[in-house]
Amino acid sequence: MNHLPLIIKREYLTKVKNKSFIIMTFLSPLIMIALIALVSYLSQINNDKKRTISVLDETGYLIDIFESTENTTYLKLTGLNLDDAKEIVKEKEDYGLLHIGNVTSLDDVGKNIKFYSEESPSLTIISGLERKVEKRLQEIKLQKDGVSLEQIDASKTSIDIAQESFDGEKSSKIDNIIKLAFGGIAGYLLFMFIIIYGNMIMRSVIEEKTSRIIEVIISSVKPIQLMMGKIIGTSLAGVTQFAIWVILGGVMLTIVSAIFGIDMAQVNTPQQEIVNQAMSAQGSDEVQAMAENILTAINNLPIGNLVVAFIFFFIGGYLLYSSLYAAIGAAVDNETDTQQFMLPILMPLILAVYVGVFTVIEDPHGTVSTVFSFIPLTSPVVMLMRIPFGVPLWQQGLSLLLLIGTFIFAVWFAAKIYRVGILMYGKKATYKELFKWLKY
Amino acid sequence: MNNLLVADSVSKNFGKFKALNQVSIGVPKGSIFGLLGPNGAGKTTLIRIINQITMPDEGHVYLDGQSLKPEHIKDIGYLPEERGLYKSMKVGEQALYLAQLKGMSKSEAKNRLKYWFDKLEIGDWWNKKIQELSKGQAQKIQFIVTVLHRPKLLIFDEPFSGFDPINANLIKDEILKLRDEGATVIFSTHRMESVEELCDHIALLHKSNKILDGKLNDIKRNFKTNTFEVGLQSSNSESVLSEIKNSFEVLPATFKNLNDDIKLNIKINESTSPNDLLSFLTSKAEVHHFVEVIPTANDIFIQTVQNN
Repeated sequence: MNHLPLIIKREYLTKVKNKSFIIMTFLSPLIMIALIALVSYLSQINNDKKRTISVLDETGYLIDIFESTENTTYLKLTGLNLDDAKEIVKEKEDYGLLHIGNVTSLDDVGKNIKFYSEESPSLTIISGLERKVEKRLQEIKLQKDGVSLEQIDASKTSIDIAQESFDGEKSSKIDNIIKLAFGGIAGYLLFMFIIIYGNMIMRSVIEEKTSRIIEVIISSVKPIQLMMGKIIGTSLAGVTQFAIWVILGGVMLTIVSAIFGIDMAQVNTPQQEIVNQAMSAQGSDEVQAMAENILTAINNLPIGNLVVAFIFFFIGGYLLYSSLYAAIGAAVDNETDTQQFMLPILMPLILAVYVGVFTVIEDPHGTVSTVFSFIPLTSPVVMLMRIPFGVPLWQQGLSLLLLIGTFIFAVWFAAKIYRVGILMYGKKATYKELFKWLKY
Repeated sequence: MNNLLVADSVSKNFGKFKALNQVSIGVPKGSIFGLLGPNGAGKTTLIRIINQITMPDEGHVYLDGQSLKPEHIKDIGYLPEERGLYKSMKVGEQALYLAQLKGMSKSEAKNRLKYWFDKLEIGDWWNKKIQELSKGQAQKIQFIVTVLHRPKLLIFDEPFSGFDPINANLIKDEILKLRDEGATVIFSTHRMESVEELCDHIALLHKSNKILDGKLNDIKRNFKTNTFEVGLQSSNSESVLSEIKNSFEVLPATFKNLNDDIKLNIKINESTSPNDLLSFLTSKAEVHHFVEVIPTANDIFIQTVQNN
């Protein structure tokens, strides 16, 4: 008798109807949106705050590079000595005082600049100021050597190395960033999914043990059917929750940004402003070009391959891990006992994410990345991160084959543990004990 | 042989531990079969093998003449000792789910559940969650779920634990009724008085071996010692007593009775008939009490286990 659909249905409905599941489903996106709204609201307040920075330039070389902007006012002080200036700025409660000390040689100007403030100033503001001064001093020195301002401007070059594979496939830096983003999101999604819903499966197995219903159920269905029903039912509940999160998140994000008039993409902070000023060479043309680049980059992605691989590796990886979670649930009596078995599961998973984040970025087709995209416990995450960079199909196929093989082995293993474990009460499972169960 | 269930030299090992050693039993159709034994004797293992939860290492189990196979699940109703229900699921939903797992259709299960809920007067529990019920109430649901699909073979492991005397009686009557309607019952318990009350046949497991089985009455016959409890009244009890002691083997008596002057257990040998003893006694004194000592299931249990 095949009771799988019946079990899946029950597992799904129990999860979905569970109060805390419902609350989590609807509250999580709310909390997320509230957080995002709060952050952007705070940064907007920050943005509205006007800063006044007083500048006391005793050399006279640099005074005209400080042009006030909407949020930052530069107050140019003249004819004061440093102590008086400090006193005034302190009294006025301005943001700070930039002092450029008088020196005889132009070479020493850079060594004699100090920023005085009440509290330690923000790093970006300081580096923004540094860049301004550096640029100006360089210009002055070049001019002294007889280079005209026009020549300096003309010498400015911006380089973007175009990349092309031997097969004629073009790519760019933005391409790589987009690929990383896609791979990263896919890998991270799988990671989160395994952690959240694997745990849910484990808890549900433990619940059956502690409520002592397991023997009643097992006298009607095969343990492997029950286990698979649990895994599939819980996964479907997980997919439902994820879908609701995505939809709800999207809708609420739109509503919130409409209400508060916050354009998420253009949250401007003073720091950004200074950086923007420093890179003043870049005009709106370049922004336009960048947007186009991003679009072509997305178009260049192997979308078909990505989607198919995502489905297979996601399902394969998830099923592999969740059968291990189910086995753990069967081996223990309560959740506190799960700790000792969790580590061996979490280690490869965390390792996979680390390899994905650090190695794949550096070299998507290097030895480390390639090897880890074949090892079954890490392959789903690492391979998903590699695929946007173009992985030969035979590699994907082989990795998937290994994954499926391991999955079948894991299910066999888990079913063994499960079959014996669910009927063991009060016995503290050790690795030695588990090994014995395999032979029952 | 008209046995519903036959286990033929079944063995099961867990690692080095032998849980069952060549155990054979036959459960006659329409009987209540007591599966007895001290803790750890292998009862639960045998029951789990019958339920196909675990597979035997050696031997075979037959149900109705056929080798046990997955289709037989719907012919068996099992109430395990370790039992429970999904706590946060509603009574009705849960009973329907479990019934469907036993192969019933949803509508059929619903009708049968209505019948049982009315019968046990618990119709208003349908939408309650299990965690809102008391232990005894949950046990009732569990009982209904076990018998709902009208299995040929019912297996009860300590069915009365958790019930108050009234409900225990109710369940006992239902078990007897099910037997009368044709079901065969395997009944595992440590409460010997219910074995006495219910069982026609018993099998006794001890240290993974079957050490005794058969009809309860036959076993009792084998275990009786031709001993009779005797209560006499006589004005001359001293001399009567010594006369009896000269002719028969006399043991101290423990039975309770109204003011008998002489209370004795008298053991006669095979060649003497009870009538011989009785006529001897009537000639000496007034007989108020004359009962053959029949070993109880409890006696048989303790005696057999200790001798092994």
